[in-house]
Amino acid sequence: MAIVTTPNGFTLDDSGRRVVVDPVTRIEGHMRCEVNLDENNIIRNAVSTGTLWRGLEVILKGRDPRDAWAFVQRICGVCTGTHALTSVRAVEDALGIDIPENANSIRNIMQLALQVHDHLVHFYHLHALDWVNPINALKADPKATSELQQTVSPRHPKSSPGYFRDIQTRLRKFVESGQLGPFKNGYWTNPAYLLPPEADLMAVTHYLEALDFQKEIMTVRTIFGGKDTHPNWLVGGVPCAINMDGVQGAGAPVNMERLNYVRSVTQRTIEFVNNVYIPDILAIGQFYKGWLYGGGLASKNVLAYGDIPDKANDYSPENLMMPVGAIINGKLDEIHPVDVRDPEQIQEFVPHSWYKYPDESKGLHPWDGITEANYELGPNLVGTRTNIKRIDEGAKYSWIKAPRWRGHAMEVGPLARYIVGYAQGHEYFTDQIDRTLRALDVPLSALFSTLGRTAARALEAQWAAETQLYFVDKLIANIKAGDSATANTEKFDPKTWPSEVKGVGFTEAPRGALGHWIRIKDTRIDNYQCVVPTTWNGSPRDNEGNIGAFEASLMNTRVEVAEEPVEILRTLHSFDPCLACSTHVMSEDGEELATVKVR
Amino acid sequence: MSEQAATSGGKEPAVLVLGIGNLLWADEGFGVRAVEEMHRRYEVPDNVTLMDGGTQGIYLVQHVRDADVLIVFDAVDYGLPPGTMKLVEDEEVPRFMGCKKISLHQTGFQEVLAMAAMMGDAPRRLLLIGVQPEELEDYGGSLRAVVKAQIGPAIEKAVEELSRLGISLRRRPVPLPPESTIACPIMHSERYEGERPSAAEACRVGDPRLLADANFAPPADPEAEIEAILGRIPEGPSGGRG
Repeated sequence: MAIVTTPNGFTLDDSGRRVVVDPVTRIEGHMRCEVNLDENNIIRNAVSTGTLWRGLEVILKGRDPRDAWAFVQRICGVCTGTHALTSVRAVEDALGIDIPENANSIRNIMQLALQVHDHLVHFYHLHALDWVNPINALKADPKATSELQQTVSPRHPKSSPGYFRDIQTRLRKFVESGQLGPFKNGYWTNPAYLLPPEADLMAVTHYLEALDFQKEIMTVRTIFGGKDTHPNWLVGGVPCAINMDGVQGAGAPVNMERLNYVRSVTQRTIEFVNNVYIPDILAIGQFYKGWLYGGGLASKNVLAYGDIPDKANDYSPENLMMPVGAIINGKLDEIHPVDVRDPEQIQEFVPHSWYKYPDESKGLHPWDGITEANYELGPNLVGTRTNIKRIDEGAKYSWIKAPRWRGHAMEVGPLARYIVGYAQGHEYFTDQIDRTLRALDVPLSALFSTLGRTAARALEAQWAAETQLYFVDKLIANIKAGDSATANTEKFDPKTWPSEVKGVGFTEAPRGALGHWIRIKDTRIDNYQCVVPTTWNGSPRDNEGNIGAFEASLMNTRVEVAEEPVEILRTLHSFDPCLACSTHVMSEDGEELATVKVR
Repeated sequence: MSEQAATSGGKEPAVLVLGIGNLLWADEGFGVRAVEEMHRRYEVPDNVTLMDGGTQGIYLVQHVRDADVLIVFDAVDYGLPPGTMKLVEDEEVPRFMGCKKISLHQTGFQEVLAMAAMMGDAPRRLLLIGVQPEELEDYGGSLRAVVKAQIGPAIEKAVEELSRLGISLRRRPVPLPPESTIACPIMHSERYEGERPSAAEACRVGDPRLLADANFAPPADPEAEIEAILGRIPEGPSGGRG
């Protein structure tokens, strides 16, 4: 290939040293990443491969559409609820089922609680260690840490020198016991870590506080979903009854006591985000604001479907509290409307994906989507079918399809939502962004970066927690006004369904725009297609050669130490891939350079 | 770790029996199937919780912290013949729980255990009841016969452990119907298997490179790696690089 310029404006050069990180993450299957470094260790080509057959679509064929939520929420362990919600919306759309106001409020509360929960856990437990060095925290002065804490967040009560000394002692014991656990296999001597020990200790302390606090947020979905881990969902509403005077007990209807509990959890969530999460982002951002790599597609093409309907059953942009729109070529003054039903807008391409279409020069709208596996490798592959040393990105190279919006590769996720919101003048988002930029003393352009992605997630957690409170109050008021309906079962019986229908459900999942498209034939699922956020962000090249968001975000980043690509992980993690897994870093000849832990 | 320790303090120990794994990946669903079957067969006292942990990783940490005794059902790659059941106890457990090659349940469960330990709330007693899977690369598939056959014996091991701790379970005269599962009423075995689309309709296999790749073995000697990392940390007074 040598040097080519992609239609979306990136110059790729695949000469140079090839570094392979495999697997990077387990979101939507495993992921592999290969990059070419030039003589200055700058990334000049990036290739992102989804290495796991997902096949969710095909296992749903012929099943009852009212069951689909149960399958999709077991895709992975993090955004279970958001897939279930998207699925019931798709079925309701197909069958023309309206849900009661209470069901809408409860679903929004669950979705917003999931946003905050996911963002918080992602930042502290999966992503923070790309910025924070827990081993360096052992060198911190607890008194200076206490002063730092009181400076960055005076309202946070846990700030005494003794408190930080205790945590430091615990951390030291933990490290010395040899069970480094989540901190295992980091690149703790890498010069890419920039925080002073006191900031490291403060952040590690909040890692523990967040781990403790997140359990409270989770109770919300247990109360409304009836069950912990994988909650229950229902086509037509929510599977929980309301009886305000009812008694407490497992499986009992939701009563006033539980609603008050949800309200108090929501308030504590707001406090935690305001007093811990946001101040930490600003404190860490201060030290890293000179490292503004990783923007990729963010400054060019971003997409948001919108979510959180204020009133039930109205999915128009005016009624959605999360912004809707597409921005192309960085033109913030021109926001395109997005229609998930329009066959010309969202299309998936497969010339570089391990799938087969009758005509691969064309994309397919998800309603007409085909999921037929076709694992074949290109002629320039180095290695074998079962042991790839170097993938051939000129051919098929990923299990992820390449979704495009009107032919453009798009970034989705909190940063995309915040850029669209900012461009639209969304009051709350704009105010948050402006305050953050001022606090860090950086220009708007700093938003289009890895750090911007990480900051947008924190800002969104703040918005989501406050909006959650709005819906808790709305729910309580509606119930007090005499409406206790939570489900509409009018069309639950398949006998009432037309013989052939199609529908679409969309949400904004924690990691970005999510859509499920369904066709129902003779009361059974005939075709089911999910286009998930990681499909957008992690997409391989398309037939025009446009690179996707992951690939674009890595371009032109300098890697300090090739064998310890913390910069690659930092940027990929900023898209919120999932949890820990072991990773092998390979050089081009397949020799293993290091075994690392990717968080 | 002894039974005295687990029951000390005069209080009944909080016991969590957790089934983890992904129902969609054939034998990967063993843990969930075992715990749901245990619930069908036995009534448990208030201090014992049976839980479908499903594909959840980090979000299980709270339940682990709340438990004095943790019993886990899981499909574990021991490198033994398919269907072999093997029990692992206490500090040996984490070593066996991070080695899944393709499990979609995100965090190695060892990390969840490490997080609980870091919070000072590790369960005092750990028992992993693991079964060697035969088939994982069958997406949408169910348990293979040799693995399914271990559900009953695995449950009995859990019952024995509870009995050793002085907790007796009452066997239900008639097992609960499949749809009364603590896991997912829509995905109970009969229905999950009965309504499965044909192989012609639904491709069931995956990426051969990933599914059968020896590269995914865990670190051979994690302690040595940690030592090596610690050895590289420069000594010296407080002073950041920032």
